Amino acid sequence: MSITYLEAIREAQARALAEDPRVFVYGQDVGAFGGAFKATKNLAREFPGRVIDAPLSEDAIIGAAIGAAIEGMRPIIEMQFADFSSVGFNQIVNHAATFYWRTQVPCPITIRLPAGGTSGSGPFHSQSMETIYAHYPGLVVMTPATVEDAYSMLLDAVAIDDPVIFCEHKYLYYHLKADELPKEAMPTGKARIARAGRDLTIVAYSAMVHEALAVAQELATEGSEVEVVDLRSVKPLDTDTVMASVARTGRLLCVGEAWPWGGVTAEVIARVASEGFGLLDAPPQRLNAKDTPIPYHPNLWTVHRPTARSIASAARNLLRL
Amino acid sequence: MVQTVVGDAETNTAESTLRNEYLKAFRWMLLARTLEEKLAGLYRAGKIHGGVYLGKGQEAISVALGQMLRKGDVFAPLIRDGAGRLAFGEPVLDAVRTYLGSSLGPMRGRDGNVHRGRPREGLLAMISHLGAMISVVNGMLLARRFKGVSGIVGGTCIGEGGTSTGAFHEALNQAAVEKLPLVLVVANNHYAYSTPSSRQFVCRNLVDKAVGYGVEGHAVDGTDLSACLKIVGDAVARARAGHGPQLVIARLLRLCGHGEHDDASYIDPQLKQSPVGRDCLKVAEEHLTREKWSDLNTIESWRNEAVRIVEEAIATVQREPAPDPFKEDWCALSARHLREGHQQD
Repeated sequence: MSITYLEAIREAQARALAEDPRVFVYGQDVGAFGGAFKATKNLAREFPGRVIDAPLSEDAIIGAAIGAAIEGMRPIIEMQFADFSSVGFNQIVNHAATFYWRTQVPCPITIRLPAGGTSGSGPFHSQSMETIYAHYPGLVVMTPATVEDAYSMLLDAVAIDDPVIFCEHKYLYYHLKADELPKEAMPTGKARIARAGRDLTIVAYSAMVHEALAVAQELATEGSEVEVVDLRSVKPLDTDTVMASVARTGRLLCVGEAWPWGGVTAEVIARVASEGFGLLDAPPQRLNAKDTPIPYHPNLWTVHRPTARSIASAARNLLRL
Repeated sequence: MVQTVVGDAETNTAESTLRNEYLKAFRWMLLARTLEEKLAGLYRAGKIHGGVYLGKGQEAISVALGQMLRKGDVFAPLIRDGAGRLAFGEPVLDAVRTYLGSSLGPMRGRDGNVHRGRPREGLLAMISHLGAMISVVNGMLLARRFKGVSGIVGGTCIGEGGTSTGAFHEALNQAAVEKLPLVLVVANNHYAYSTPSSRQFVCRNLVDKAVGYGVEGHAVDGTDLSACLKIVGDAVARARAGHGPQLVIARLLRLCGHGEHDDASYIDPQLKQSPVGRDCLKVAEEHLTREKWSDLNTIESWRNEAVRIVEEAIATVQREPAPDPFKEDWCALSARHLREGHQQD
């Protein structure tokens, strides 16, 4: 048996619905149709009345989730694409994220964002929004890179008493497979050493973890041992694991699919530079997408975002410093 | 004969219910006005951080909604709903503590002035972004439906300016799609801050929008407490009975600035002189004496009672501690183990 990243997301929702009567799913086309990506396939049939089609109203979808959460429910919201969460932005950052701090009443909502680029998707169906949401206090931001994490972290997201932005990478939906669903899981908030090495640390998250792993394999044939850290959640950010890795390797390359200004990669480097400057043998480096909207054509798109090729090039340069 | 007697008894009961509702509402209005005048005074004396926002001129429509809702219902008041809040059950102390920033208040100095509530008791704490509260009420009503709770109503207020937001549109449409027991009261007070309604919408009457959303619409003279109690009462009853969302449009004039920092010099003097510019509290007082439901002496004693309640609350809160930045835990998450940088503690 094998299970894809997308199927793991569906299975996690099915399990949450089965185990917790407070859980419901709300979003565009999530009902009988099963979602634009089929992440809620058959759930409406299996859980009648609890998987509900919403009008094209991202603001009201999140608003309703907040209201339901206040009343003790555990809504799972599917934004059809992460990009469209910008329409629900106000409710997410100004309402859900401030709610507990202002009122001491928890606001447990899970907002699934099908995120990241795929070939041919263009400027409005490809965005990585984790940086924006991580900026706001009161949100947990998850960026699972594996089938196991997609499953266990989504269950975690539903269980956490705060609003969780769950960034699920569309490129991994069908590409990534595991033999089975995990029985155990690492806790949210802990980064994972995806591959051990002693010459260079590549910190990545979401789909970029796999590009980084490909680079580690390639560079191994050249005699360099690359350690890959998978952040798993970008907020909270597990600085300790990153710092421990940099202590071993002395070199840091941080890779993100989001845009270059600010963001997760800048945050990691800022922390390592200020708290672990003495651990570094070379200036820390970062690699992000280009500072333009995300292009439609595959020729442009494959150059726009970091790939194993561009990451390998950056890694080789850093190893020479 | 028998039928006639029963009929008279019913009429008498109905009239006494009406009178009781009116008297109750009037006293909440009086308390709200007294409280807000006192808060305005504290603002002018520099005792309040940030702004003070009054509901002067909007008490009748606000109290009607707050009073027609019951315990167990949901209420999401907006800026000018001091009267509705009191009628719904918000203690005077909540307002005073939030305005004065007492650490014992419901917001503990983390949020101020009109941004207060008790979500566990169905009273939401508004955010500043207009229209945002409506869909949250929808969600609370959806949750009740999930739990099999029926017969409850969610009420919320907004101004005519707020009807221009996307959030308003999305939420009212959402409520209609889900056929939720929502009562959405729009106080058309003719100015959104300084912007006149002519720059806000061009439809003949905002109540016409109800048709477009497929919800029931009601228009009411917001300066007339009797009309407000009747129309809002009907709307709440219809929502409760399963007739779906109710849109109530009240015509009135804001008799103060947007906040106490605003002298409202932009308000058209002709509008002030017109019937829409009447003070609902004065209109109600005249109604009380004209109908002989009360007299000036009694009303004066109520006013004194309101002053006493407000002054007592202020005296209490002025002795209470302000929030202490060194005791503040600076954690925005309920799941404390997931807060940023906790490893460093």
